[in-house]
Amino acid sequence: MKISYNWIKEYLDLDVSAVDLAEKIERTSVEVDSVVKPSDGLKKIVVGHVLSVKAHPDSDHLHICEIDVGDDEPSQIVCGAPNIAEGQNVIVALPGSRIADNVKIKRSKMRGVESDGMVCALQEIGFPEEVVPKAYVDGIYVLPADAQPGSPVFDILGMNDSLIDLDVTPNRGDMLSLNGTLRDLAAIYDRPVTLDTPHVTEAGEAIDSQLSLHVDDSLSPQYRMRLVRDIKLAPSPMWLQVHLWNAGLRPINNVVDITNYIMLKYGQPLHAFDYDKFSGQDVYVRTAKAGETLTTLDENDHELDPTDIVIADSQAPIALAGVMGGLSTAISDQTVTVAIEAAVFEHDHIRKAAQRHHLHTDASQRFERGVNQAGVQDALDAAAQMLNDLAAGTVQTGTAVGSNHQPEAAVIPLTLTHVNAVLGTDLTMDQVSHILETLGFTVKVAGDDLTVTVPIRRNDIHIPADLLEEIARIYGYDNLPVTLPTGRMTQGRLTPAQRLMRATRKSLEGLGLNQAISYALTTEDKAQMFLTHPDSQLTKLAWPMSVDHAVLRMNMVTGLLDDIAYNTARKVKDVALYEQGRVFYRQEGQDRPAEEEHIAGAITGQLVPAAWNQPAQDVDFYQLKGIVAAYLQDMAVKGDVTYEPNTEMPEMHPGRTADILIHGHKIGFMGQVHPTIAKRFKIGATYVFDLNLQAIIDMPKQENQYDVISRYPAITRDIAMLVADDVTNEQVVALIERRGGAYLQSVKLFDVYDGVKVPKGKKSLAYTLTYQDKHATLVDDAVTQAFEKVTKRLQDELDAEIR
Amino acid sequence: MSLKDRLTELRQKGLTDIQQSGDLKDVNQIRVSLLGKKGPITEVLRGMRDLDASERPKVGAFANEVRDDLTNALTKRREELENAVLNARLAKEALDVTLPGTPVAKGEPHVIQQIIDQIEDLFLGMGYQVLSGPEVEEDKYNFEMMNLPKNHPARDMQDTFYITKEILMRTQTSPMQARTLEKHDFSQGPLKMISPGVVYRRDTDDPTHSHQFHQVEGLVIDKHITMADLKGTLQVLAHELFGDKFDVRLRPSYFPFTEPSVEADITCFNCGGKGCNVCKNTGWIEVLGAGMVHPNVLKMAGVDPDVYGGFAFGVGPDRFAMLKYGVDDIRNFYLNDVRFLTQFTKKG
Ligand SMILES: [Zn+2]
Repeated sequence: MKISYNWIKEYLDLDVSAVDLAEKIERTSVEVDSVVKPSDGLKKIVVGHVLSVKAHPDSDHLHICEIDVGDDEPSQIVCGAPNIAEGQNVIVALPGSRIADNVKIKRSKMRGVESDGMVCALQEIGFPEEVVPKAYVDGIYVLPADAQPGSPVFDILGMNDSLIDLDVTPNRGDMLSLNGTLRDLAAIYDRPVTLDTPHVTEAGEAIDSQLSLHVDDSLSPQYRMRLVRDIKLAPSPMWLQVHLWNAGLRPINNVVDITNYIMLKYGQPLHAFDYDKFSGQDVYVRTAKAGETLTTLDENDHELDPTDIVIADSQAPIALAGVMGGLSTAISDQTVTVAIEAAVFEHDHIRKAAQRHHLHTDASQRFERGVNQAGVQDALDAAAQMLNDLAAGTVQTGTAVGSNHQPEAAVIPLTLTHVNAVLGTDLTMDQVSHILETLGFTVKVAGDDLTVTVPIRRNDIHIPADLLEEIARIYGYDNLPVTLPTGRMTQGRLTPAQRLMRATRKSLEGLGLNQAISYALTTEDKAQMFLTHPDSQLTKLAWPMSVDHAVLRMNMVTGLLDDIAYNTARKVKDVALYEQGRVFYRQEGQDRPAEEEHIAGAITGQLVPAAWNQPAQDVDFYQLKGIVAAYLQDMAVKGDVTYEPNTEMPEMHPGRTADILIHGHKIGFMGQVHPTIAKRFKIGATYVFDLNLQAIIDMPKQENQYDVISRYPAITRDIAMLVADDVTNEQVVALIERRGGAYLQSVKLFDVYDGVKVPKGKKSLAYTLTYQDKHATLVDDAVTQAFEKVTKRLQDELDAEIR
Repeated sequence: MSLKDRLTELRQKGLTDIQQSGDLKDVNQIRVSLLGKKGPITEVLRGMRDLDASERPKVGAFANEVRDDLTNALTKRREELENAVLNARLAKEALDVTLPGTPVAKGEPHVIQQIIDQIEDLFLGMGYQVLSGPEVEEDKYNFEMMNLPKNHPARDMQDTFYITKEILMRTQTSPMQARTLEKHDFSQGPLKMISPGVVYRRDTDDPTHSHQFHQVEGLVIDKHITMADLKGTLQVLAHELFGDKFDVRLRPSYFPFTEPSVEADITCFNCGGKGCNVCKNTGWIEVLGAGMVHPNVLKMAGVDPDVYGGFAFGVGPDRFAMLKYGVDDIRNFYLNDVRFLTQFTKKG
């Protein structure tokens, strides 16, 4: 809500600039979005009196005007506005002036005719189009007749005021009005403030004979109307229009403007009906009936919902309560009798109606937050009196009251000890009670105890904590001491799982992978790829923003492939990423998925960049396997890590994919992404792994331990053999380890060859076997014996041909 | 010629030859020819038999002296020549030390992770636990137990990805506060926790909005926790993340789960508080929301608000990273352009 600095100063004696005032509001009350002085940046824009208007000889729409701008001689200005006429006072931007958007106006020629400036529309001097009175939207603005030619227009148009735009939090509905803001400022600056008290002059008939209200008070705890007859509909006086447009509202006519003005001042939304358009004298406040429709003031049709509150006459709804009035009873040029409504509506209904019908209005905004229930009659009376003053209306006697539930004021007990204990302050009872009293609260003090009665208008204050906030903010957050919690010591430490996750990240970074954080919400298609939980169901968002982020991921790989695709599209060819995060597996029949921690990686291009002394080497299966193996070694899970070929995963290369098992339990997979899938992602050859990190966390771990390093020398023997292609390295190593004898320490593959020198269907494998006795020098004979034994086994069991 | 003269002559010639020798082979030859079993010195010593018994020790001593001199000269010459050879080889081995070093594979933590780790470490040091909860939450924990009942107007403030009526993607990491409060045994000590993690909002991705981002919520509940403690804690956090010269100020705000609620600003790092376009000339930048835990939140979790109370705060690592490094598009954090990821590598 935009609030006028000048309007505030009419009521409060403040010696602060608008900017300082805004700063104070922000520090003490609610956030301030901006402080704007509309005339800032504008200059040499004055009142001009139009002396004559002639058609331009070379144009069908331009006029040549003689305009008195306060100089000795009138100025000749060419103007294209259709509504310019002799005798008007208009806005003139003189040569050398600056108008909106920092545009400079110069003396110029228009179609050969000299023009000494420009006649301006309100939009051209910075008014947003939505506040410009309808009559002047498509042309220049006409100033009041008493405007002095040559004088600046800014004061007349209210442009020297400063407008403070408050971003009012949902709890502070009271700040959506001048009066509420004044009360807060009175407390902030510790100054007295006296608000206006309305007096109505009633003259007509008793209202009860003219209007009868039938209100469901569960929908509208307060519902009142006044009736004003013999209205003279006209534009509002300038001062009133200024108030409205400076608050962001468009002046319409005196009746509607008065209701808006009262809303700005009191925070109470009002609605003016054309009483003569009512069907009968009965007005109902009820929920909408099935099938009812309403055309609102903005000329939109609405199908009403049975939970919408409507105002209806004996025939049909005439307003969507608290949101917007209906077109059928709108104020028009023919209106002579006005029924003004002042009410309180249930905020839940209003909020839902505003959402349902996409009608977020100034009225609904206030009803949603709650209006001052103790001020409904005041606002109604003030409006009625203004209709009398400004529209010559006769206020009929009395107020029609359909419902009248006055809420009870909250009475909150508080102790000074509690205030200081929570705020960490050393406030005295006098300080605390003074702060509360300046806010308009009634305070009773007895020893350490306070009993605080909260005015109805502060519907956000219910419990002691609410009072603490009032005390703290008015006392000033800057004045709070700065301390750290004291009390019993606590231990801050990561859990083993958290430590392992950190170790996981460090390990993979050390192995050359960059940490990625991808989107967990993805497409249905991608969510179901690279599945390691084949039974898992999709978890879908009820109302996704886009199909790209509509379901929860069930694998970590596709996110990384998206990342690689993003890089590839930007010509970044070498990408090595890992991601630690959750995948979401949902069982049939359950709403909520299980969340499993995963660790995944993806590499494309080169892991180690080529250089002048290092040839380019594209990543391959074994390089990724080296990373996975080193990582798993770092995590020190107990049990053997084994790799089994997996030819079944549809998204993976059938000959280059392995399941990864620890102690026989599958924890994930690795390998090359299937070329057709890579093509779909528009990426090159890519190698990936995806491991169940939760399983790794849960598995028993090895501890670091010290092994005596043998003082006795080791003996090595190399063995090369030809075996059939389908014999795996794992089989050979397992056999050697099983049959290698007591002194065999390690088996290391050092060569694999299946080139031209090897018979078809065979491959050559070569290993170094290391023997050592930890407690004595090994005798060569013992090694020879063991080696010969294992050689024989290889020949017998694997049909190996020793070379 | 006396033996002594003969030795003197041998020494003289030997030393000259040694000095003139050109390589190690020469030196070796000289050594063999002078000091070998068939060499002249051995010859001379053999001739001592013919000497007078009184002369023998003198000549013997002199002969040893000559042999030592020659041996030393040979050793010295050999070392000289070896050094020359080595130096020549080393000269040949000289490299262009300005050529770049061999590249190694090196990975970096994500910038958001770095900030989260930094926050975690700070609070671990102050005795907080780190707790992470489910990303798919129940409405009950995400909203209701945070004092946001079904019809609460503030629910409009955060648009939520619902899965069913009761299940949603968490919009904040505070549900973990409720889950922990429910379980915490206060007889064992105060509750001091932070919960970092991914959160989701129903937003259209653009430079300043992301449907996925991060949050770290903090919570301290004990018998005597004050708002001044909150202010101090936030100041420690600001100093840790941005530097000791940064100040924190509090402004009133509104969150349903705290009362009083505040927004915390820190000194603008672009202008140091003087005012600039980054801070809209205020000298301050809004960085987090905080407050004293609402009694309803405690009550709903079964904690007696008349005995216990405390503060909560929530920070956004994404926003911190954007502010700290001037990142102008939040989507950078989730698109994982390697050129972006590898910018935040300074560890010193
Ligand atoms: Zn700044």
